[in-house]
Amino acid sequence: MSGLIASIDQSGNTGEQIVFWICALVAVIGAVGMLVSRRAVHSALFIATTMISLAVLYVSLGAPFLGMAQIVVYTGAVMMLFLFVLMLVGVDSTESLVETLKGQRIAAILLSLGFGVLLFAAIGNVSVNLAVGIDGANAVDGGNVQGIAHLIFDRYLLAFEVTSALLITAALGAMMLAHRERHTPRKTQREQSQDRVRSGEPQNLPGPGVYALHNAVGTPALLPDGQPTDRSVPEPLRGVSAAVGVDHQDTLRVNTLAAGGAIIPVTQEDES
Amino acid sequence: MNPANYLYLSAILFSLGAVGVLVRRNAIVMFMCVELMLNACNLAFVSFARIAGNLDGQVIAFFVMVVAAAEVVVGLAIIMTIFRTRRSASVDEANLLKY
Repeated sequence: MSGLIASIDQSGNTGEQIVFWICALVAVIGAVGMLVSRRAVHSALFIATTMISLAVLYVSLGAPFLGMAQIVVYTGAVMMLFLFVLMLVGVDSTESLVETLKGQRIAAILLSLGFGVLLFAAIGNVSVNLAVGIDGANAVDGGNVQGIAHLIFDRYLLAFEVTSALLITAALGAMMLAHRERHTPRKTQREQSQDRVRSGEPQNLPGPGVYALHNAVGTPALLPDGQPTDRSVPEPLRGVSAAVGVDHQDTLRVNTLAAGGAIIPVTQEDES
Repeated sequence: MNPANYLYLSAILFSLGAVGVLVRRNAIVMFMCVELMLNACNLAFVSFARIAGNLDGQVIAFFVMVVAAAEVVVGLAIIMTIFRTRRSASVDEANLLKY
């Protein structure tokens, strides 16, 4: 630990070192977590962590505009889009871990490891300590945002305009891909009502709790003949409170009513 | 501090993203891995801008961000379309283009 602190002190700029090591650790942990978590939602959260720590790194690299854009564009827009699609596709679908190609996983990991080693070697070969630092370039136009604006609207103006065309094309493409063509004409109200009559049950389903002792949604309604009907209870609640149903007294009263008889007056014993 | 450290970090993140693209079977997670690779490239661009001492690298990173956003929109729409027809987001299921 003391060696680490000494090395930090030697090179100066301690704050940036600390920020770098913390954010780099968080970014790598997020990336590895995204790789190994089986649920796609967890992967999305892990990569959001990585993106936020990358935004912090951008700011410490002297690019505050890109840091903010990273947070707004990536963690704000892109990850929300990912989460929306995940919700549409089914959150709880876990990935099968069966290898379809034999040995593909090991080969892929080895290949990527080799690629990483190659990159490391290349960086180590060319890296020299000629870092000019970004502060001078940032100060030319009076700030990082002003400098980037100057570049975008001056030297890279054409690329910037082409970017707008790209974005419009992407929006149109997404609309076209997500659009579902209707192959059959929409049913009119008349056809819907005819279908309902032909189905043999033109009336509404009985509401829960009608004529029953309780009016909770789980309580089945009583048909005019005093029988409880399951169809009045919403699907998930069916059978949950089947026992709470028919009171004999009540059935009698309903039966009398259905037969056209006089209403039995509710006496005190009935109430209790 | 040595700015090459940022380049090493971006190399690590890029490799991890590459592993994910090759190993994972869920199309959405593969897409996230591609995003991670793009982010690693952005980090390299920004640190190159700092090493070279001009803002061009940051502008390039900005353009990469815009392109990545457009790519995500279209890619996720394609994934949704495939999911609608195959009821699955696994890349192993989408094999009709093979023959």
